[in-house]
Amino acid sequence: MADLSVNLNGLKLKNPVLTASGTFGYGFEYEDFIDISTLGGIIVKGTTRYHREGNPYPRMAETPAGMLNAVGLQNKGVDYFCEKIYPQLKSVDTSVIVNVSGSAIEDYVETAEKIAYLTHIPAIELNISCPNVKQGGMAFGTCSASAEEVIKAVRKVYPKHLMVKLSPNVTDIADIARAVEFAGADSVSLINTLLGMAIDAKTRRPVLSTITGGLSGACVKPVALRMVWQVAKAVHIPVVGLGGIMNATDAIEFFLAGASAVQIGTANFIDPSVTSKVIKGIDEYLDENGFSSVKDIVGALITDK
Amino acid sequence: MKKYQHDLIITANETLNNQYFLLKLTQSEPLPEMQPGQFVQLLIEDSAQTFLRRPISINFVDKAKNELWLLIQKVGNGTRKLAEYQVGRAINVLYPLGNSFSEPLPQQKILLVGGGVGTAPMLMLGASLKAKDIEPTFLLGARSAGDLLQLNEFEKYGRVLTTTEDGSQGEHGFVIQHSVLQNEQFDRICTCGPTPMMKAVAAYAAQRGIYCEVSLENTMACGIGACLCCVQDTVDGHRCVCTDGPVFDAKELKW
Repeated sequence: MADLSVNLNGLKLKNPVLTASGTFGYGFEYEDFIDISTLGGIIVKGTTRYHREGNPYPRMAETPAGMLNAVGLQNKGVDYFCEKIYPQLKSVDTSVIVNVSGSAIEDYVETAEKIAYLTHIPAIELNISCPNVKQGGMAFGTCSASAEEVIKAVRKVYPKHLMVKLSPNVTDIADIARAVEFAGADSVSLINTLLGMAIDAKTRRPVLSTITGGLSGACVKPVALRMVWQVAKAVHIPVVGLGGIMNATDAIEFFLAGASAVQIGTANFIDPSVTSKVIKGIDEYLDENGFSSVKDIVGALITDK
Repeated sequence: MKKYQHDLIITANETLNNQYFLLKLTQSEPLPEMQPGQFVQLLIEDSAQTFLRRPISINFVDKAKNELWLLIQKVGNGTRKLAEYQVGRAINVLYPLGNSFSEPLPQQKILLVGGGVGTAPMLMLGASLKAKDIEPTFLLGARSAGDLLQLNEFEKYGRVLTTTEDGSQGEHGFVIQHSVLQNEQFDRICTCGPTPMMKAVAAYAAQRGIYCEVSLENTMACGIGACLCCVQDTVDGHRCVCTDGPVFDAKELKW
């Protein structure tokens, strides 16, 4: 039994397996399948300043080894979260992190400020990369200056752990990551979904109501691994890796590339108990390979010939 | 209702015609309680083109044999792969998912309208009504006689009326054109099938002031209310077909 605990720049997790925002609801949806308190943490669905209905149906298209989504941050807003959801989450014995999204700096600031008051929420994950929000959610994460601007504004009102989720839809993700670190983030998570598109040749129409959407699932893993590796070399803050992790071996690859923790997203849709299998598999890998702690394999990629 | 993730074993895989097949599944433990209208999510592990589970409505539960029946149409790579599965093989199943058709009042005259693969949940619904001493009328539609499935099963639980688009069996045309809709008055209608058919049935019900429930088949990913992909626009905004549905009061839908 290896030591699975990790400390992400002050954010202590019992193990390095988190659930990715938007794929795990508020955790309760999975309680029939797994004991959610055994997770390293739960990153609950994207929360915005105001209620959002999200995009019209159809919002999803299956692809080879993945899926496109265009949910559009459907949620009932931060006040509803604080009043109705948070009281139920307080008793969950793991770290519950809220993903915060917005379409203007004031939106991020007000949402983060309200969540800062919630004692049992040790961190927020700032989504500066969601490709579905037409009003400009995309812009913050695709340019160093605007990323810095929103993080600095949130940093002023949010004293706890600030994780920033990076968009892969950029020219140089290491550049953005450095700007995010400079602006005061405590950790970065990556990658968010890759912008994609699906067309129905029969009807000659787009499959998604929004035409384009976010690609996730097994197919994005090579891109995610590459970006985690690049970012881990570029910044000093911890990196949380995600993108196409379907099993423990995938997760271990992310640790080797430099991730200190991982998030499981789309895989939850295929196997609602995948997270517990990944935790078990990481433990077995460490034992079999003589590592006493998961920290020992973070960035342990062997590149010499 | 508690949901389960079980490996169920195939006891039969019956080809009904070139498009449809009937999978029967079991396990050593008694199957959990399931309600008419609910569905399952099947994992298809050996199709490169199939990433997500396939949602399939529950066709019937044979309690005596501890069997779950799934009537499946070969639509894409996933369902085509399932059609090849052999008896004895295990399938990972999430179930039972979603809500169910609501309980009718005693003495109500009930019409169950199914079209295509949408006839599947009507069998279990009919059986559950019959168990409560309500004998429903089934109105089943298909392209032609060979696509009208399980008629001998339906006949165990009520009167069976049919339409075919080519007139090869029952009345000629679509279900909505069947004479029973003009000649008789029903208290409640439940329907599942292609969207244009369900819309027509719902419009007929609304016009006559009949309570109508429809079962939707929006494309979905998780099936358990987490991903919010399968939403339907309703009078209460976007609602998940997988958890708030698949059965909705037709009046609640914006379609």
